[in-house]
Amino acid sequence: MSLFCFHNRSFVLTKGAFIFWLLAGIFFNESQAASLEELLPQLAERTFPAKQAALDSLATSNDERVPAILTALAQGELYLRSVNPIIVIGQPSTPGNLRLIDPLTQRDLGEVGASSSKKITLNNKMRTTLRLALAVWHLNDANPTIRLAAAREMLGENNPTVLQALQNQLARESVVAVRNILVIALALPQLTADDAVNRLKAISVLANNLYPEARNALVPLAESDPDPSVKSAAVKALSSIDRQLTWSNRLETLFFGLSLGSVLVLAAIGLAITFGVMGVINMAHGELIMIGAYTTYLVQTALPSWLDYSILLAIPAAFIVSALFGILIERTVIRFLYGRPLETLLATFGISLILQQLVRTFISAQNVVVQNPGWMSGAWPINPALALTYSRLYILIFALAVFVALLLVLRRTNLGLAVRAVSQNRAMARAMGVRSARVDVLTFGLGSGVAGVAGVALSQLTNVGPNMGQAYIIDSFMVVVFGGVGNLWGTLVAGLSLGVANKIMEPWAGAVLAKILVLVFIILFIQKRPRGLFPPRGRAAEG
Amino acid sequence: MLKAMRGDRGGQALLVLLIITLIVVPVLNLGLPTTHPWHVSTYAVTLLGKYLCYALLAMAVDLIWGYLGLLSLGHGAFFALGGYAMGLYLMRQIGDRGVYGNPVLPDFMVFLNWDRLPWFWQGFDWFAVALFMALFVPAMLAYGFGYLAFRSRVTGVYLSIITQALTYALMLAFFRNEMGFGGNNGLTDFKDLLGFSLQSDVTRIGLFIASGLALIGGYLSCRIIVTSRLGRVTVAIRDAESRVRFIGYRVERVKTAIFTFSALLAGLAGALYVPQVGIINPGEFSPINSIEIVIWVAVGGRTTLYGAVIGALLVNYGKSLFTAVFPDAWLFALGGLFVLVTLLLPRGLAGLGRSREIN
Amino acid sequence: MGAQVERWQYLNPGKTLAETLNISHKTLLYVEGVSVTFDGFRALNDLSFYVDVGELRCVIGPNGAGKTTMMDVITGKTRPDSGYVFFGQTINLLEFDEPAIAQMGIGRKFQKPTVFENHSVFENLELAMAGDKSLWPTFWAKLTGQQRDRIEEVVTLIGLQHHLKTQAGILSHGQKQWLEIGMLLMQDPLLLLVDEPVAGMTPQEMERTAELLRSLAGRHSVVVVEHDMDFVRSIAKRVTVLHQGSVLAEGSMDEVQNNPRVIDVYLGG
Repeated sequence: MSLFCFHNRSFVLTKGAFIFWLLAGIFFNESQAASLEELLPQLAERTFPAKQAALDSLATSNDERVPAILTALAQGELYLRSVNPIIVIGQPSTPGNLRLIDPLTQRDLGEVGASSSKKITLNNKMRTTLRLALAVWHLNDANPTIRLAAAREMLGENNPTVLQALQNQLARESVVAVRNILVIALALPQLTADDAVNRLKAISVLANNLYPEARNALVPLAESDPDPSVKSAAVKALSSIDRQLTWSNRLETLFFGLSLGSVLVLAAIGLAITFGVMGVINMAHGELIMIGAYTTYLVQTALPSWLDYSILLAIPAAFIVSALFGILIERTVIRFLYGRPLETLLATFGISLILQQLVRTFISAQNVVVQNPGWMSGAWPINPALALTYSRLYILIFALAVFVALLLVLRRTNLGLAVRAVSQNRAMARAMGVRSARVDVLTFGLGSGVAGVAGVALSQLTNVGPNMGQAYIIDSFMVVVFGGVGNLWGTLVAGLSLGVANKIMEPWAGAVLAKILVLVFIILFIQKRPRGLFPPRGRAAEG
Repeated sequence: MLKAMRGDRGGQALLVLLIITLIVVPVLNLGLPTTHPWHVSTYAVTLLGKYLCYALLAMAVDLIWGYLGLLSLGHGAFFALGGYAMGLYLMRQIGDRGVYGNPVLPDFMVFLNWDRLPWFWQGFDWFAVALFMALFVPAMLAYGFGYLAFRSRVTGVYLSIITQALTYALMLAFFRNEMGFGGNNGLTDFKDLLGFSLQSDVTRIGLFIASGLALIGGYLSCRIIVTSRLGRVTVAIRDAESRVRFIGYRVERVKTAIFTFSALLAGLAGALYVPQVGIINPGEFSPINSIEIVIWVAVGGRTTLYGAVIGALLVNYGKSLFTAVFPDAWLFALGGLFVLVTLLLPRGLAGLGRSREIN
Repeated sequence: MGAQVERWQYLNPGKTLAETLNISHKTLLYVEGVSVTFDGFRALNDLSFYVDVGELRCVIGPNGAGKTTMMDVITGKTRPDSGYVFFGQTINLLEFDEPAIAQMGIGRKFQKPTVFENHSVFENLELAMAGDKSLWPTFWAKLTGQQRDRIEEVVTLIGLQHHLKTQAGILSHGQKQWLEIGMLLMQDPLLLLVDEPVAGMTPQEMERTAELLRSLAGRHSVVVVEHDMDFVRSIAKRVTVLHQGSVLAEGSMDEVQNNPRVIDVYLGG
């Protein structure tokens, strides 16, 4: 870290001069002398060629204030103030209003209505100039991520000044990832070099990377290069790239599949306890997930400045809230219906309707927005064609953690022992001194709490609304039944494999048809093996 | 037929009431001027006709839930399929009166740039074909599903859950435009049925009477089944399935047959329902619809047949009242109904006066 | 036997029962080398067991000896891993499922009395009655006077003649056991498998049950599984002792009781 800081400070002094020196060769030389104060108003000229000229001069200016102006221009935040017309940077503040800043003095000019200023418009040519000028600027940023993005931006550029900038940066670059992309950016134009040797050299540089620009540039060579050795090298390089791309795609499908699977596992695993272990059909399970998601929303709303950590607080909160709802349901309804599964199904369905309506009445009938904390946004780039979204990755890990935790609870704790005893033989467990009513409450609370925790995770991936529970209940039952009732491992395997199967089918079947096919498959599978992938062990009771 | 009604007091009363309604309501609607205080509006007639279709559907569910112990959470699918079959016929009757004026293709196909009618739409311009398909398609689906499920002895909640998955899968499928059934919007803007305008009072009365007759016919045929030895076998299957198998009956065949007949009744109800409400869309497949049917039966009291009819009429009447006065509270009321009926009134309203069953 | 001939036709069209069911060796049921495993637990281990025509056989054995599993195999509920089960010399029972085996004339009473609780005693017997049990014939079925007589005959035999219209659900435990035996009789079975018929009965009821079973022997082959030794002694001529899924001893009650291996199993470790 300290290395970068040092680098940054020492560089600030020379940055403007460097840009000036760099671009001087191609852009309009005669406007070099003009000062920023003279140039800036020219951006408000009426014709695009005039604006273009001003922009070109700005791009070659060595003034340190230029980057901020160009960034604002690129983001559409540069305005011409109507009264006392000067060029200003206008940042949206309250809706309909702009906060104006003088780009020359950095002075705050106060807040005005958005209509009182005119936006500086751009055409495509200006945008290109702007983009390159900014990229060249960012190419030397202190932050390697920004340097990487800037170099990425310049892939395929054939402008000699840009190439020169890349060349210079390569000489001083220390981060390997940035170096790699600089090399590629420099090699790309060589593909069209007149000399076959240069083309061959460029192909060998590009042979093993997955940037679409590289692949696109290789295609014409592979099809029609006059030199046969270049052509065959290009064909080889292309097929190697395609092979790697195929693998990347497969990995991506697998990742998306596992991600969907982890959602299914999270949604189903609470049900695996209440349905699988206790034999209780809880149709309100989806609504317990929904309650977990709304708890996340409420925790976030209560602690707006703690966005990054409130989700960690939401996990135990959602567990407790959903568990309490679950216990309430068990005590007031389900315990009167043990041994009557169809009636339990109907009564809990009624409860699910009531819970949905409660949310609609007391919170909102609309979906609510749950924020992603900073550390969960963004993606982990594996290669140029494959990046794993952090939110999905964390939820996959989270699902596995919940699974392991539940497994430990059932295997290693007294509660787990009692739960397994009651689930295998209620009468016998009772005779051995297990208080089955208490075990029922705790088990149901545990399953419901896990549903709440699932809700926290789902709030990061999907819409949070009163109907969200319904979307999961059928899927959850399918997962539990497919995996084999009463078997947590079955739930895990079933959830993950159904998720992957869904994503594998999606490219050729479409999302909806894939889901239908999975459902039909499970319906047929249950009829073939009514007791699921991993049937419960032991001799079945008579009947 | 009369023998089948012997001893069924509730059923007898119900049939008498139905017949009276079928005579009186048309007279009050067509025979009296609209200003007369006793005039029954066409809106009310259509509403009643809709309820009668629901009642037939509820009876179909009671036949398999009450007498066979199979709780289907997917009967809405059979109802919707029957409705779609009738909807196809009604769409074909529109002819070139659609918005795009295409003589062959319904509006939504023109909109999707389809150039010809898909093969499965062929033949639906004949009413007889449509009516046959309204019964045949649900029955065949039920037969195929039942054959697989009952042969592998899928019972209890497992059966309930996969029937729910079945209707859910169908809902997703019918939402797709590629299915060729109008996607999201379904089929609507119907004009006429057998040449009679669907807007006219006489057609409405005709549909109302047809629904009533279907309900009466359905009731009698269900009674004939449950009073036959086959009906005693179904109750025996509900109470002690393996015993039935060990005295030599093929349980899976009995279940498949009754399930199929029940789906056929549901399809008939759907076919009568669609011309009265004027629309059929994939929402009819949604799992909550199917589960609502079950609550009608539970409220009315299962294993009585007439209880299902009472339940369907009462709950739907309540729903109409409730949604008009407190639209938001309906789900609270429905949810509460589920909980209270299962906890406090397990044999439904019809069970209040009876104590014969042992369970 | 005459009425049964008709019922056998479907098994072997064009042949009579005499040709299909071959009991020329006086043996009705052959169970040979049958093994059944549940998740690694050997419920039956190379079990061989034979029942003669008209015989009354008792099967005893400690819990888990495989008595109920053996009945499951014979009636088609459980498929064995290996071995043969023949009805007569020619019918391989392993090729048939429960209803087909029941229709051939093998009736079974469960350990826990299982009757149709919402039907009357009369209806219970009517449903069990031998006849075409496929879909349409059942739907159209009407009782003939002859069939009515048969029901009344059986109901008298099981001593429930005053309860014809009573719902089976409100019968006493013992009465349910008898009703279930009555239902077996209505099937005109050649072989009756009776699992624990006197569990939960008073001594008087037990005595009547013993009488009933003794009266059935001769006309039917009867296999009784029972724990109550006094009851077994009162009815059995031949006793088979099962242990760990195979036959430990077979013979008269006295022989079996003096068999050192049996004593070892029942009294020893």
